[in-house]
Amino acid sequence: MKFGAIKNLGQSEPSVIPGFGITLGFTTFFLCAIVLIPLAALVLKAAGMDWERFVAVITSPRALASYRLSFGASLVAATVNMVFGFALAWTLVRYDFPGRKFVDAIIDMPFALPTAVSGIALTTVFAANGWIGQYLEPQGIKVAYTWIGITVALTLIGMPFVVRTVQPALQEVQRDLEDAAETLGAGRFYVFRRIIVPTVLPALLTGFTLAFARAVGEYGSVIFIAGNMPMKTEITPLLIVIRLEEFDYAGAAALGCVMLAISFVMLLAINLLQVWGRKRMMVSR
Amino acid sequence: MAGPSSSAEAAAELASRPGHTNLQATLVRWLLITVSLTFLGALLAAPLAAVFATAIAKGWVAYFSAFGDPDTRAAIRLTLTTAAIVVPLNTVFGITAAWCISKFEFRGKSFLITLIDLPLAVSPVVSGLVYVLLFGLNGWFGAWLQEHEISIVYALPGIVLATMFVTFPYVARELIPLMQQLGNDEEEAAITLGAGGWFTFFRVTLPRIRWGLVYGVILCNARAMGEFGAVSVVSGNIRGLTTTMPLHIEILYNEYNFVGAFAVASMLSLLAVVTLIIKTLVERSTGYRRR
Repeated sequence: MKFGAIKNLGQSEPSVIPGFGITLGFTTFFLCAIVLIPLAALVLKAAGMDWERFVAVITSPRALASYRLSFGASLVAATVNMVFGFALAWTLVRYDFPGRKFVDAIIDMPFALPTAVSGIALTTVFAANGWIGQYLEPQGIKVAYTWIGITVALTLIGMPFVVRTVQPALQEVQRDLEDAAETLGAGRFYVFRRIIVPTVLPALLTGFTLAFARAVGEYGSVIFIAGNMPMKTEITPLLIVIRLEEFDYAGAAALGCVMLAISFVMLLAINLLQVWGRKRMMVSR
Repeated sequence: MAGPSSSAEAAAELASRPGHTNLQATLVRWLLITVSLTFLGALLAAPLAAVFATAIAKGWVAYFSAFGDPDTRAAIRLTLTTAAIVVPLNTVFGITAAWCISKFEFRGKSFLITLIDLPLAVSPVVSGLVYVLLFGLNGWFGAWLQEHEISIVYALPGIVLATMFVTFPYVARELIPLMQQLGNDEEEAAITLGAGGWFTFFRVTLPRIRWGLVYGVILCNARAMGEFGAVSVVSGNIRGLTTTMPLHIEILYNEYNFVGAFAVASMLSLLAVVTLIIKTLVERSTGYRRR
């Protein structure tokens, strides 16, 4: 049957279930229309610039300062999340305390809370007269409108990534192994270092990378608390917006390409980490 | 997720392990709980409380009159309109993509999954930028669109497109692993027994994936209503016309109208809270959990 032959085109194992051609076609079409063609337009726009100008735009002192800030703050935020996210995941998996279920549920809040809301809320709390800022300011710690504030915002939006990847990994840790080690005289710290850390390490690194990747591109929650001073507290996504407002489309596209390239590298890193994690999991079983 | 009883047992077991004093284990335990909760309190609970506290700082009358502002109402309408267009489209896409990926074997499948997830890795600002480059005045189709008096950027279509881009993977990435895990046996049985494709989907597949679908749709909706960066780039911030709720928050905040800004923010926070409640209920009642 002609129709059937067309339907199964490209399918490596023919299936009795209908709809292969139409669903694949629709998926590909939608993907191209919404994601791929627009992204290609960005790359083409940047490719339309001559090379010297492209390099000049993406290595201008203001751009370099913004990369340093975006990367530096994201790195610090992801590291803070790795430490506290692990502690949170550990607390939620291993301990029982009043309100544990509630705490577990609100971990996902930064996923659901619009970034503009977290931005103005953090600024209010960490400003010099804010609930927390008023205690930090006398110590000489300025949070709002400095890089510390940016890091705080990036920590908030990255937090669930670390907790939610470490949590299932911690549940995987084999308790009988821990007990065996302890019965054989291993100290608690030794057990932690030799059994628990190796098991959750891939998840911890994946969570770190996910949090970092999200933080590098973050815009909404940062711009309210950042102060947005060129060369000082200006993140790369904001610089793109400023270029656009100046109708410098090519400049915005060039910086957008840098951000896109970073996204691809992060995506690759995350995939590799997940493959590594699965392999380790397989070996340990 | 370990249930409370198993956690309680675990804690008791941890405390009674040989070779360690109960005191030490208890100390470590309370130290970790305190550190974790302080971190969460400062980073999440305090800001969230501040939203509501600032919103009602000048009393309930001021709070409610903030919603009487026509621009605020327009922003709420625009946000609802955008979500009403974006969420159904991305839901249809998500179901279609998940069907295609979970029911059939074909080359390039894992590549396709990666491409679907791509918008999650892209900065929101870049997500908006791409549409400005395509449809903006100096963009690829800018001149043509102007000739035909069609506005995409700085108008509703641009806002919808940018929102679709950022929420693109939400439904698909909930359904794909779920449907792959469920397998194809029941669908194959239905088809073999003579059921049509649509019948099989609605009567066999849909009942089994409905919780995952609810999960994906509410997260997609929360992001669609709350998106800031991508929409900000394409909106042009024309007050009362192209400002969604998050953008309106920015305008009010920059005008030092804190009650207004936080009143709108409190609505979006409530949306987030409701989203989390539904999500938690889905998890509790079905044991379904994202990956």
